[in-house]
Amino acid sequence: MSAVGHVPVNEHAHDDHHHEGNFFTKYIFSMDHKVIAKQYLFTALIMGIIGIAMSVFFRMQIAWPAESFKIFEIFLGDWAPGGVMSQDIYLALVTMHGTIMVFFVLTQGLSGTFSNLLIPLQIGARDMASGFMNMLSYWLFFLSCVIMIGSLFVEAGPASAGWTIYPPLSALPQAIGGSGLGMTLWLVSMAIFIASSLLGSLNYIVTVINLRTKGMSMTRLPLTIWALFVTAIIGVVSFPVLLSAALMLIMDRSFGTSFFLSDIFIGGEVLHYQGGSPILFEHLFWFLGHPEVYIVILPAMGIASEILATNARKPIFGYRAMIASILGIAFLSTIVWGHHMFVSGMNPFLGSVFTFTTLLIAIPSAVKAFNWITTIWKGNLQLNPSMLFSIGFVSTFITGGLTGIVLGDSTLDINVHDTYFVVAHFHLVMGISALYGMFAGIYHWFPKMFGRMMNKNLGYVHFWITIIGAYGVFFPMHFVGMAGLPRRYYDNTAFPYFDDLLEINVLITVFAIITALVQLVFLYNFIHSIIAGKKATANPWNSNSLEWTTPVEPIHGNWPGEIPTVYRWPYDYSKTNEQGEYVIAGQDFAPQNVPLQKGEEELNH
Amino acid sequence: MTAFLVIVVVALFAITFWQLTKIYQLSRNTNTLDSSQIASDKDNRIQGNLLLAFGIAFYIFMLYNFWTFGDRALPAASSEHGVQYDNLLLITMAVIMFVQVITQGLLHYFAFKYKGKKGNKALFFADNDKLEFVWTIIPVIVLAGLIIYGLFTWTDIMDINEEDDPIVIELYAKQFSWQARYAGKDNVLGKANVRFIEGANTMGVDESDPYAMDDVITAEIHLPVNRPVLFKMRSQDVLHSAYFPHFRAQMNVVPGMITQFSFTPTITTDEINDTEYMRDKVARINEIRKSGNEARMAAGEEPLGNYEQFEYYLLCNKICGVAHYNMQMKVVVESEEDFNAWIAEQKEYSQTMETAAPATEVAQVEN
Repeated sequence: MSAVGHVPVNEHAHDDHHHEGNFFTKYIFSMDHKVIAKQYLFTALIMGIIGIAMSVFFRMQIAWPAESFKIFEIFLGDWAPGGVMSQDIYLALVTMHGTIMVFFVLTQGLSGTFSNLLIPLQIGARDMASGFMNMLSYWLFFLSCVIMIGSLFVEAGPASAGWTIYPPLSALPQAIGGSGLGMTLWLVSMAIFIASSLLGSLNYIVTVINLRTKGMSMTRLPLTIWALFVTAIIGVVSFPVLLSAALMLIMDRSFGTSFFLSDIFIGGEVLHYQGGSPILFEHLFWFLGHPEVYIVILPAMGIASEILATNARKPIFGYRAMIASILGIAFLSTIVWGHHMFVSGMNPFLGSVFTFTTLLIAIPSAVKAFNWITTIWKGNLQLNPSMLFSIGFVSTFITGGLTGIVLGDSTLDINVHDTYFVVAHFHLVMGISALYGMFAGIYHWFPKMFGRMMNKNLGYVHFWITIIGAYGVFFPMHFVGMAGLPRRYYDNTAFPYFDDLLEINVLITVFAIITALVQLVFLYNFIHSIIAGKKATANPWNSNSLEWTTPVEPIHGNWPGEIPTVYRWPYDYSKTNEQGEYVIAGQDFAPQNVPLQKGEEELNH
Repeated sequence: MTAFLVIVVVALFAITFWQLTKIYQLSRNTNTLDSSQIASDKDNRIQGNLLLAFGIAFYIFMLYNFWTFGDRALPAASSEHGVQYDNLLLITMAVIMFVQVITQGLLHYFAFKYKGKKGNKALFFADNDKLEFVWTIIPVIVLAGLIIYGLFTWTDIMDINEEDDPIVIELYAKQFSWQARYAGKDNVLGKANVRFIEGANTMGVDESDPYAMDDVITAEIHLPVNRPVLFKMRSQDVLHSAYFPHFRAQMNVVPGMITQFSFTPTITTDEINDTEYMRDKVARINEIRKSGNEARMAAGEEPLGNYEQFEYYLLCNKICGVAHYNMQMKVVVESEEDFNAWIAEQKEYSQTMETAAPATEVAQVEN
């Protein structure tokens, strides 16, 4: 919460570079994209701490059902009488964990942070197209965070109908306590969040299209920019649909309309709703919800591509194929939402269509995975923490992506739908992978953000325990799903059949606690390095892209003199001339702003 | 409130910590430039070796998981279409694991093999149309196979054929229980709507509909083996999902509409209890219960009973409220004769209402 105020500290040193303005206009209501990027990052990290803590709490309940824990008493208060987690708060924690992680951490932590940081720097622009809109976007995001966190303190509890908030459960306070004020705040917060996301996305799109520096054609853009650009487009296409769903749900809840409700008898009386359909809500929700998965994963893909190429000292393999697959994934992502609804009661013929489109997505995804593997083949791998997280990203993306072939097949989905198999699948493919992308990005661009280096040894510790722990959590979880255990069960002891899954659940929870704790190492490293990290050089990773041509001390407008001109694509790593020597003698990279050397041919990538 | 205070305290601690590190920072000169935070040859060597070790450990961990937890997976399907389902699942899993083993192997091996060293030269290799064509076309072919197999099976499962003379059963869901309504001798369900709910008529059956009179309302499902059954599902309040894991069957139950799912059970409850899988499972669970009971007794708690025998069940698999985890119904699959004997014992709707009639005026039945 207070972290936003922390941003300025490291910038005091270069006040003189800035034009006028007081503390507030410079650091709080700043319109500088670099400051806004940091604001997004700090806010997302704080939300991440809350979201991950929640997951640890409910994992403890699953592993040790109805056990009393002091920590529950402290944090959950009346929701955990005698330290035993209540059923209500269990569902609330599950719901809020999902909401916070998907929207507030992975969407804005990745897209918000890195779009803001990288788009102007990597395309060679002084700032975003509209600094004011950018600022507005962040502050709306901040407001939505405050409302979402505020909803945790509501008397009847925060939203508890699952992060997908399917009505009627989410519409009727009689059905579950969290569907009262808690759900109202959830909807308000999300509406503001969507406004924030749209303002941001429009800005990113306009900036990429209009503000590229001289020579920066679309096919000379780093893949990070392509990914962030396409992410913004799918955000603009799909978020408004969620807004309409949220508005209709608000109408149903507060003004007596029947968009999603019909024929309901609850609490001893028949409600007046007639003619609505909960399935309509599912369609609207998933029309956003599925592209949302790609809004989360595409930036991570872009970041991983960039970092893999830089640290492998090799061009990314199949640059055009990578762009084509980003576009392919983005297009397909908007026509596959029905695979969340195979057994929702919609027409089975639709199920066939969605199976077809869904499995098509595996093709561009496979191309990307193979291209990443080929990128590190015969490289000269510099195994920095960011590189390790990028390799980890490829690993979890493959492991998690493959099980998508099971879930995307309408037939197979019948029996694994809403079991822990799904939970394992999406956590690996979009949760853990996206987090790895985010960590990779933070380790890699930390010198650009704060002018200092993060400690690499702490980074290694962070990486190894995280990757072991994350696989330890989510690989065994597939087996819990294959045993037919439904997700969102407060307790699996209601009948004996699931007794023999408890030991797997204990294993998972132990891994989860360890993995959560090791994130403290990251936090320590992050905060400590901001303050006392080793000073960074201008281009510590010997990278080609434009952001490393700016001075170490960030300035308003990014480049002190002229904006650099671009002469080549960003992946001229280890490029050699006919004599087998590097094109620039003595260095294995050729930054984008370096003109073609004598006798050098531009690669027609 | 306590939670809020705790958060404030934690935040204050964080600020203290931050200020302390600031003092620490001022006390030393951090302005020297060095490359100590960039991976050196030594780091590359260590991390490269670790990546290979991790790759191998990951293989072992996957094997361990299959070895120790593989037997937790559901037993072979107890329904006709379930056999096809299991087949498709097996094929898909084989493909997935094959790809997983190869790609993870390559990824970790390359990360080890090509770990960086000063003076090494990376290969400038930006493009290769042939390679990219190969790994586009292979997924296309494999997926085409899976899609076609999947779609045929899907159409088979979802094609509800009333000519096979299925038993028609209504599944009625509410927070947090299930009820079943057999269509009775005429095999036609009487009309129903939540607006008819009153007194003992807890399922909202239309009492003026003659088809409703022979309907049979029960609290557990009995099914004759090898006869198709057609479930028509209705919810009274929120979304539920009727999940029969052992029959590879699931369909959401949606208020305001009727959803359906049809399958043919092929293995009776007695038969499945006689399989090696189920004997092992029951024995394993009893073992766990027994060892847990010692601790329970020591703590002065009630010991858990034995798991006598496996029963099929129907679960709710769509979050529906606080007791979602405890919303299930027993399912019994038995021979045609046993089923006929059981259904004959049940009361028809007309009888139920007669006996309940005097109580109709006594307020609402509590759910």
